[in-house]
Amino acid sequence: MCCGFCGRWGAMNWLTEFYNQNSTIINFIGLNAILGLSLYITLSAGLLSLANAGFMGIGAYTGALLTIHQHWPLWGSLLAGGLMAALLALPLGLPVLRLRGVFLAIATIGFGEVVRLFFINWSFAGGALGIVGVPQETRWWHIYLVLLALLFFFWRLRRSRMGYALEAIRQDEPAARTMGINTTFYKVLTFVLGAFIAGVAGVLQAHLRFIVDPGDYGFARAVDILVYAVVGGMNIFIGPLLGAGLITVLPEVLRHMKSWGIQPGPDRQLINGVVLLLVILFLPRGIVSLFDWRPGRRPRWPLFRRAETRASRT
Amino acid sequence: MLLELEDIGRSFGGVHAVDGASFAVSQGHVHGLIGPNGAGKTTAINLISGLLRPQRGEIRLDGQRLDRLPAYRIAELGVRRTFQSIRLFPGMTALQNVTVGQHVRRQASLFEKLVFSRRSASEERLLQADAEELLDRTGIGGRGDERASNLAYGDQRRLEIARALASNPRLLLLDEPAAGMNQSEALGLGELVRRLAAGGLTILLVEHNVRLVMAVCDRITVLDFGKVIANGTPAEISADPAVIAAYLGLEPTAGSE
Repeated sequence: MCCGFCGRWGAMNWLTEFYNQNSTIINFIGLNAILGLSLYITLSAGLLSLANAGFMGIGAYTGALLTIHQHWPLWGSLLAGGLMAALLALPLGLPVLRLRGVFLAIATIGFGEVVRLFFINWSFAGGALGIVGVPQETRWWHIYLVLLALLFFFWRLRRSRMGYALEAIRQDEPAARTMGINTTFYKVLTFVLGAFIAGVAGVLQAHLRFIVDPGDYGFARAVDILVYAVVGGMNIFIGPLLGAGLITVLPEVLRHMKSWGIQPGPDRQLINGVVLLLVILFLPRGIVSLFDWRPGRRPRWPLFRRAETRASRT
Repeated sequence: MLLELEDIGRSFGGVHAVDGASFAVSQGHVHGLIGPNGAGKTTAINLISGLLRPQRGEIRLDGQRLDRLPAYRIAELGVRRTFQSIRLFPGMTALQNVTVGQHVRRQASLFEKLVFSRRSASEERLLQADAEELLDRTGIGGRGDERASNLAYGDQRRLEIARALASNPRLLLLDEPAAGMNQSEALGLGELVRRLAAGGLTILLVEHNVRLVMAVCDRITVLDFGKVIANGTPAEISADPAVIAAYLGLEPTAGSE
């Protein structure tokens, strides 16, 4: 006999099945989106910081050690990991944020390397081997709850006093200062908030993956985080979400294309790179620019749009 | 005296952009600041607004020292400026530009915004209405939703003034607001300046359009090589021989080559 309930349970079963088969990828989409957002907030003040991989590592170590040695509950470790990263971001941000553009990027890469080397040589935390045996306490809904809270935060931030201030700083910092905006304060604040978010992501990841590996928080990770934001688009907070989704799913999709003669490994990386290149070439404002919801405006390809304005100026 | 500059000096390398200049601006006046190119007018505006620090001298607003304060603090005290080369926030709409200008008037914290507090919503409505009214008053009403970078040149100048006025300042510094405008646009701007002054606003006007300056200003200070060479009413200034030699130009007289 079948009733409405069976159908519903069937759907539930199907969902559970789906999750069981794809849990890794589902969790990592959420985690990477959180990391993308941690960079988005510094980018929204016009700061290109690559320190967030380091802050993620600081969060991961803090959370893992607290859980293992002090038996802290997950939520306590999450908070502590985020706060520890934020605390270290403050003294770093004050001097470093005087730099702009590429120089800031280089300085923050340097910071990331220092963090990585510190962890590799920290014998208490396992040295180069890292920490093994972190309790696997992270569930998918932990990740998505954090992500949801962040999306709500960024949605409300957009049209707030601080949101306008950040946008003004990004577009013209001296002009923003003459509007009464304390630019140093806001820049340091976004840097610290970004570190907090990255730290929380680190704790979540440590309690998901069972191990904390110092090599996981180096330059490659910093670039990955940047790629989520670049591919997704940096003008609105939905961008890093889409970017993280696409970049995380892509290798998995390609894995299923074995029958097309695509081998795992080098072929996949090649296709990954080509997709990245295509997005940067044809959608410089990210995939989010494909969705221009404003009424009366047809989405146009930015490449052609730029040529158009150039022509209309002359 | 609302604004006082006393023996202000600022040099770049070996160039003394402002070299011991002193002058004062009375409450409610439109005060002109003129001089040949490189006389130090824009540097003076940058020093007052805090984008540059003077190397010597004092700047006071209503008796309070400004010269050691950061730019954002000076703006909080009610000093606002426009830029010679327009510096709007190009990616924002006209209305959003004015909204940024309201920064110091916005009280609601981000937390209140997060919890949908009634205060933050009502403040938002109030400031929004205020911003739209301000666009009307500066003559660009109805352009609020256009991107700032898409506005006509003269309208961009007006929007810069609207953005500066959005915080209800006490002192407005206008750095060549009529640059690049034709005579009728410049006259429209002059009317706007007079209207603002009639409302009690004090204005320091740097301008090359002599006709506009003479028509609009209550008093004028003339700079040359960073020094004040004259100070007085428009009539006094246009008769001053030193000013004529340095800036206004000699009337061609018979017999001279």
